Amino acid sequence: MKNDLTLRVLAKLLIPFILLFALYVQFHGDFGPGGGFQAGVILAAAVIFYALIFGLADARKVVPEPLVESMMALGVLIYAGVGVAGLLLGGNFLDYFVLDPNSVHGQHRGIFWVEVGVATTVSGVMLKIFYMFVSRGEVDE
Amino acid sequence: MVLMVVTVWVIVRSRNLFGIVILSGIYSFLMAAVLVAMDAVDVAMTEASVGAGISTVLLLGALYLCKGEEAKPARQPWGPLAISVIVAGFLVYGTLGLPEFSDPNAPIHGHVVPRYLNDIKQEVDVPNVVTAVLASYRGYDTLGETTVVFTAGAGVIALLRKRRKERKP
Amino acid sequence: MNGMVNSMGVGGHFTYVITVFLMVAGLFIVIAPGNLIKKLIGLGIFQTSVYLLYIAPGKLVGGTAPILSDAYTVYSNPLPHVLILTAIVVGVATLALGLALVVRIREAYGCIEEDDILALDAAAQDSTPTKQ
Repeated sequence: MKNDLTLRVLAKLLIPFILLFALYVQFHGDFGPGGGFQAGVILAAAVIFYALIFGLADARKVVPEPLVESMMALGVLIYAGVGVAGLLLGGNFLDYFVLDPNSVHGQHRGIFWVEVGVATTVSGVMLKIFYMFVSRGEVDE
Repeated sequence: MVLMVVTVWVIVRSRNLFGIVILSGIYSFLMAAVLVAMDAVDVAMTEASVGAGISTVLLLGALYLCKGEEAKPARQPWGPLAISVIVAGFLVYGTLGLPEFSDPNAPIHGHVVPRYLNDIKQEVDVPNVVTAVLASYRGYDTLGETTVVFTAGAGVIALLRKRRKERKP
Repeated sequence: MNGMVNSMGVGGHFTYVITVFLMVAGLFIVIAPGNLIKKLIGLGIFQTSVYLLYIAPGKLVGGTAPILSDAYTVYSNPLPHVLILTAIVVGVATLALGLALVVRIREAYGCIEEDDILALDAAAQDSTPTKQ
C-alpha cells in the first residue's frame, strides 16, 4: 500500500489529526465525554493506521517495540504510584485529597495522573497486540 | 435497535467469515448509536472506538492468520437451538419483574447516585460525572481494570512470541 | 429513535425484549457447532447485550448525559456507565486473548472448525500416545 499515492497522502493528512484528537479526548475527559480509555484506543488506532499504510517496518521505526512494551507496564506503575503517593502523604491508598493543600485541587491532580496512566497502558497493549498478530504471520506460513 | 437485531440475525445465518467480521463492526457501530440515544456518551465513544475499531482490526488479523471460511453446517443444530429458546423464555419471564423503561422511581436511581450527582461539585469539581466516579470514587476498580488490560497484553505476548532458535514442527 | 418514546406506553419492556434476543442469539452462536472465530464474535454479541441490559434502565426520558452543567437539572444515571465502561475494555481484552488462542490452535491442529478439532483429538487419543 505504500505505493498508492492517494492512500499515502490521505494518511499523512489524517494521522496528525487523529493524534491530536486522541490528546484532546484525553485531556478534556473532565469536561466532556472521554477519558483515558478512549484516548488510549484512538492513539493506538492512529499508529495502526500508519502501520497499515506504510508497512510494519516503518511503524516499528517510529514506535519501536521496547517502547511499546515499556508503555504497557509504565501505565500501571503510574496508577499505582499515585496510590502510593497518597499513602506516603498521610491518607489511605489512592486518596487524592492529600496530594495538595486544597483538597479539590488534589482531586484534580490525582484524576489527571490516573487518566494518563490508563491511556498509556491501553494504547501500549492495543499496539503490542497488533504488532504480535502481524509479526506472527510474517516469517512462516 | 431493530437494525441491530437484523444484523445479528444475518451473522447467525452467515457462512463467510470475512462478512461476519465486517457485520460485527457494523453491529458495534449500531450499538454505539443506540447508546448515544440512551445518553451514555462516554460508553458510546468507548464502544465505537473499541468495538468497531480495535475488535475489527484484531479479528481481521486473526482471520488473515487462520485463512479460512466456515466450511459446512455438519449437522442441524436443533439441540442448541432448543436450549436457546428455553433460556429465552426464562429470561423474558424474568424481565417482566424489572421496572418499566425510564421509570424515575426505579431502585437504580436511589442509594448512591443522588450523592454522586449532588456532592461532586464541592468534593471533586469535575463536570464529567462518569470520569469523576471512574477515577476518584471508584478508582480502585479502575486500577484493577488497567491491570486486566496489562495482563491481556502479557498473555498475548506469551502466546504469540516466536522462538528464535527452535521452531514448532 | 422514536422507538424509545413509544415504548413507555406500548411496552415498557421493549428494550428488555431486544436485550433478551441479543443475549440468546449470542448464546446460540457460542454453543452451536461451528467456527471458533464465529464463536468469539457470538461471545462479543452476548457481552454487548449485557451492556444494553445495564444502561437501558438508567435512562430517564427528558434527561441528558451525565455531565454537570447549569443548563440541565435531570441527568441520566451515571453509575451503570462506569461499570459498563470497564466491562467494554475487559471484553476487548478477552477477545484479544481468545484470538491469540485461536491462532495457536490453528497452528497446532490445522483448522478451526470445532467438529474437526474434536475428531482430531479423538483420533489422537485412540492411536499411540505420542503426539506432537
